[in-house]
Amino acid sequence: MKLTGSEILIESLKKEGVKHIFGYPGGVVLNIFDFLYDDKDIKLILTRHEQGAVHAADGYARATGKPGVVLVTSGPGATNTVTGIATASMDSVPLVVITGQVPTMLIGNDAFQEADIVGITRPCTKHNYLVKDVKDLAVVIKEAFHIAMSGRPGPVLIDLPKDVTAGKTDFVWPEKVHLEGYKPRYEGNKWMITQAAHLIEKSKKPVIVAGGGVIISGAHKELRELAELTQIPVTTTLMGIGCFPETNRLSLGMPGMHGTYYANKSIQDSDLLIALGMRFDDRVTGKTDSFAPNASIIHIDIDPTSIRKNVRVDIPIVGDVRKVLTALNKTIKTEAKTQWAQIRKAWLKQIDAWKRERPLTYTPSDEVIKPQAVVEKIYELTKGEAIITTEVGQNQMWAAQFYKYDKPRTFISSGGLGTMGFGFPAAIGVQLAFPEKLVIDIAGDGSIQMNIQELATAVLNRLPVKVVILNNGYLGMVRQWQELFYGERYSHTSLDVVPDFVKVAEAYGAAGLKATKPSEVEDVLREGLFKIKKTVFMDFVVDWKEKVYPMVPAGAPIDHMLFEEQEARQEKKRRLKVVK
Amino acid sequence: MRHTITLLVENRFGVLSRISGLFSGRGYNIESLSVGEEIDPRYSQMTIVTSGDDLIIEQINKQLNKLVDVIKVTDVTEFEHVEREMVLIKVTPRPERKAEVLNLAEIFRGRVVDSSESTYTIEITGDEKKIEAFIGLMKPMGIKDLVRTGKVAILREGFKK
Ligand SMILES: Cc1ncc(C[n+]2csc(CCOP(=O)(O)OP(=O)(O)O)c2C)c(N)n1
Ligand SMILES: [Mg+2]
Repeated sequence: MKLTGSEILIESLKKEGVKHIFGYPGGVVLNIFDFLYDDKDIKLILTRHEQGAVHAADGYARATGKPGVVLVTSGPGATNTVTGIATASMDSVPLVVITGQVPTMLIGNDAFQEADIVGITRPCTKHNYLVKDVKDLAVVIKEAFHIAMSGRPGPVLIDLPKDVTAGKTDFVWPEKVHLEGYKPRYEGNKWMITQAAHLIEKSKKPVIVAGGGVIISGAHKELRELAELTQIPVTTTLMGIGCFPETNRLSLGMPGMHGTYYANKSIQDSDLLIALGMRFDDRVTGKTDSFAPNASIIHIDIDPTSIRKNVRVDIPIVGDVRKVLTALNKTIKTEAKTQWAQIRKAWLKQIDAWKRERPLTYTPSDEVIKPQAVVEKIYELTKGEAIITTEVGQNQMWAAQFYKYDKPRTFISSGGLGTMGFGFPAAIGVQLAFPEKLVIDIAGDGSIQMNIQELATAVLNRLPVKVVILNNGYLGMVRQWQELFYGERYSHTSLDVVPDFVKVAEAYGAAGLKATKPSEVEDVLREGLFKIKKTVFMDFVVDWKEKVYPMVPAGAPIDHMLFEEQEARQEKKRRLKVVK
Repeated sequence: MRHTITLLVENRFGVLSRISGLFSGRGYNIESLSVGEEIDPRYSQMTIVTSGDDLIIEQINKQLNKLVDVIKVTDVTEFEHVEREMVLIKVTPRPERKAEVLNLAEIFRGRVVDSSESTYTIEITGDEKKIEAFIGLMKPMGIKDLVRTGKVAILREGFKK
């Protein structure tokens, strides 16, 4: 039987197990939308902006490990997806983004709502397609899902001209994909794995640096086994948060620019780094020449280009982290005769001393709400059982620092691209995937305004996403840089007019709560998180002077950290000068 | 250092821009790039001449390999290989030097492919040294126009890879 391109698209999505699409209609996708009108199996979530649709699909994918699917129209609909696609690409999130395109006859003519989206997204997709013939459609969809999900995952875009969505052909769902140029490697090199095991055995001061790849490959159990067996401390990058329990004694928290003192100290002092599914981003390494100066490096990653891109590596292992760790753990268990607890004693003692010396802290207050205190309270009240998404800026860093994540896929944040406006639509996607879970977006007052229109999506679909706004009246993170590195010249970082978030929420039919005093924090959280069963904005008016510490200035070695008390000392000096 | 890399790629639209976009997006050099269909028209063969330190060249090779449409990447610099380039040179020698031009072309196994009252267009094929030498000799004759194909390269048979 012959089907139209639209039918083939929808049938193919069903073959791929797709239940939800995030999208927005327009002229050239009318055929597809018409077909979705009475489809029972696939639900389209209409967002209020195409960027919101992509971030929602992204949140859905990060929380579930399944691909997120997006459907938008050509031209402006397609270009509106670009930030979302680049966000997903940087963080290796599997998406299939379907954009409508003007009819093949008109391509290249500057037709109404024509944009060369395949050209525009070439550098920020894992792969993309323009389908010119309906006969190719099923194969392209099959390939797109395969590419998005396998190897190092990423977004794939399919551009579908309107005539292709109407054209008819026999629907044949391919059983297999055949891509000569695409064969990701999953098994690590055995010899290298043995070498890695030997290095681990000899090392006195090893550190594991675990990234997003551990979560993607589902290697958290294997990681824990390795760490506990060999008594090696673990630091998790922003993308790796949750892949190793932060309540475990071996956890060092996050490394890098706003990492913990003890994570950065451990890396700098270590003689062996075991890097798992991470790519040595500059926010992690600081100045690369001074990064882990005494350490040998074992680097395990599925993407060969991640290896030896930013730092030298002694033992490169290309492969799936989970598969490689399984083999590595086995090798260590059968070959090593080490008394791990014994030989790690001194190193772990040193690390405990660093932990005591400078834990993550802030100065509590009875007068103003400290943003860190809000995050800590969320952790306390939810007992760490929520899924947290974040926006970008100080809010993101405090969410990473002051909530303890014990499970993978519970901290969802735009790491590589650092996209303000990500957290709220992402939370909508997460909530859709997990209706029973408590999903909280920890937001800034700047970021939340970048996709605030998605309130409508959340309310309409009865998605009880909780948004905690750490409202400091500033683009706080940028203001922090201006204060520390630009002589306190606050160029265009004060938000001046911040809307009444309670009223905004209410205008959309969501609930709005506000706290201005520390004594109100707990009540507002209890009410917003547990009593109210719908979408809530909780507006916390926080201490605008608060900064994220520790901080490694950009380009400095990661043990050159600034701390809060140094700031206090400088402040004192400044005041003394004024008195004189 | 300079490297010559050959690629076997899917003969699909957009492949060339994926590859050139990779080079421009990541700030890698392209000195020359040539493309042509393979025996099997589903594939094309490309030769890219690029330069960079060892780490950059390693990244270039890996990044090219990562592209879905790229089937095989060979950095032929590391193996025994043959490289050729073709150049068309249009020269405008003074009448008394015309014979010299023809003579030189013959020595370099070039061919005159077009001529007019005042010009000769000469086709020269060879490796880089030969081409540079010939261009050097033609300069004093007056070069009016010069087009180069960019290098193509192929591995020599019988040498271990
Ligand atoms: C789309 C986008 N534009 C600009 C930036 C640069 N930027 C990084 S953090 C930040 C400030 C964020 O302000 P807010 O959401 O209020 O968070 P805060 O730092 O105050 O917690 C800005 C502008 C960005 N990350 N993303
Ligand atoms: Mg702010």
